Amino acid sequence: MNYNVDEKGYYGEFGGAFIPEMLYPNVENLRQQYLKIMAEPSFKKEFDQLLKDYVGRPSPLYFAKRLSEKYNTKVYLKREDLNHTGAHKVNNTIGQILMAKRLGKTRIIAETGAGQHGVATATVCALMGMECIVYMGEIDIARQAPNVARMKMLGAEVRPALSGSRTLKDATNEAIRDWINNPVDTHYIIGSAIGPHPYPDMVTRFQSIISEEIKWQLKEKEGRENPDYVVACIGGGSNAAGTFYHFLHEKEVGIIAVEAAGLGVDSGESAATSVLGKMGIIHGCKTLLMQTADGQITEPYSISAGLDYPGVGPMHAHLYKTGRAEFIAVTDDEAMQAGMVLSKLEGIIPAIESSHAFAILETRKFRPEDVVVFNLSGRGDKDLDTYIKYFKL
Amino acid sequence: MNRIHQKLQEDKKILSIYFTAGYPSLNDTVKIIQDLEKNGVDMIEIGLPFSDPLADGPTIQASSTQALKNGMTTSLLFQQLKDIRKSVSIPLILMGYFNPVLQFGVEEFCKKCQEIGIDGLILPDLPLDVYQEDYEAIFKKYGLVNVFLITPQTSDARIRQIDAASDGFIYMVSSASVTGSQDGFGNNQETYFERIADMKLKNPQVVGFGISNSETFLQATKQAKGAIIGSAFIKFLTQHGVDKIGDFVTGIRK
Repeated sequence: MNYNVDEKGYYGEFGGAFIPEMLYPNVENLRQQYLKIMAEPSFKKEFDQLLKDYVGRPSPLYFAKRLSEKYNTKVYLKREDLNHTGAHKVNNTIGQILMAKRLGKTRIIAETGAGQHGVATATVCALMGMECIVYMGEIDIARQAPNVARMKMLGAEVRPALSGSRTLKDATNEAIRDWINNPVDTHYIIGSAIGPHPYPDMVTRFQSIISEEIKWQLKEKEGRENPDYVVACIGGGSNAAGTFYHFLHEKEVGIIAVEAAGLGVDSGESAATSVLGKMGIIHGCKTLLMQTADGQITEPYSISAGLDYPGVGPMHAHLYKTGRAEFIAVTDDEAMQAGMVLSKLEGIIPAIESSHAFAILETRKFRPEDVVVFNLSGRGDKDLDTYIKYFKL
Repeated sequence: MNRIHQKLQEDKKILSIYFTAGYPSLNDTVKIIQDLEKNGVDMIEIGLPFSDPLADGPTIQASSTQALKNGMTTSLLFQQLKDIRKSVSIPLILMGYFNPVLQFGVEEFCKKCQEIGIDGLILPDLPLDVYQEDYEAIFKKYGLVNVFLITPQTSDARIRQIDAASDGFIYMVSSASVTGSQDGFGNNQETYFERIADMKLKNPQVVGFGISNSETFLQATKQAKGAIIGSAFIKFLTQHGVDKIGDFVTGIRK
């Protein structure tokens, strides 16, 4: 079984590029160029250098002793929360801004939900001196004021998405429309492992530094490259894609993807796409997606703004369908409690997205000798308000 | 030969109108189609509303959102149109995004279209290669013309490829834009229109996006076979309702 993208842009039956002709020249050009550009020594050198000196990589692989004792298994944390801008998102934006420069683009657009990808994009645009426009749902702008302010400080223009449900899905629609209107000078930095081919593969490759580092770091600590399990939370799925990538074809490594169940998978307020989704087309790719029987895309819910996307990256849809990955859905309450446990036991306040991953320790049993690597995809600073309200701190 | 082919053979410039099914009111669909034909419109694109219309601007998106709120669905649209051929004889095209068609079942969808007397489909996010590999045979089995888009950025080679795959007309997007986003054509469009005319394609071209009045209709059809008006008509319906459709059409064909 192949879990990587095939030459036509598919992961099994998922993926492809279902785009209007207006986007074809840009997406096709990217498709033809991206692997060549990524293989150029000058590209690699610049990418690696920036990840090291600017982002602060490698991010530590930390043995969580107290968490391990509590759950009677060996828990390692991959500390993406320690990256510049506070999450894994920047791995991708660094890669894509270098790609955009080599494609001769001068103007960058992005979509953002909670604002993490928007901040990571605004950051690299400031770094490269490029114009940056971030589309963000009007409702999210109101909910995520600190990130809006960060983007503005970094020189980006934040444009409200006023259509539809005025959240992430609509911000993505607006960004795509901007690209249709500005086909020559603009590159669209998609923030997750979604969108038309080659985006899911390109984003996954940029994020794959996560699993590349886990391998040699684990070798140093445990004398073996492969853990028994890798675990990551999943919305669109970019941190999960990066965490899983180098283990996809290592049969002895169990892959666990943790989705947001919101108020409960069957509550009507959920973002558990693997359970609730059906094959369909969203933002240019064929994947599992939450929709009505009539094919209208529905609005998901999660307490975590980074996980409430109605689709899931096509690679993950394939991992689900083939059974290569185990999918677990975690509710708002379980995630919030897990965030508190990690804070109290390890002194690390995680992003609520990442808290979802840790929540499985309560229910999913591991053996004492199992090595379980969790991707700690982001830090909790941005979520302090939500934690304060939830726990009445 | 279906109604689209026959219409394209007539010695005239084609005026085609797009509207969103279920807008302004759920049951306006048939009346709008009948009134457009009565007032001399040559061809109609019936929009199947979608929650996330990527290639459309605010006007058409708002009409789609309202149509969905009104309760429009694929099955209901087919239900509304089931007797349309008793009263309407001009070509009718369904235009929408691919996901609702996929959920309905592509073959089932095409079969319904044939039963009703739909002549063609425009599905902007169904790409050429996927169409050819997976769906062309089905579309043809049910006598449906599939219409592809080209834009000013489409390369000559790609246009040739699309021309070869088309059997009806080519939907020529007037500029790099979503629907309803500009007024009037400039030098860029003139150059583009001429470039396409010079390619002597086998399929006639019908221009869409940015046509809103008699001037832009004339400009667009100087070289091309016809033009499609969408957002401007939706705006008209929003302002004047469905009782004065004749005024809109005569305003274009002064």
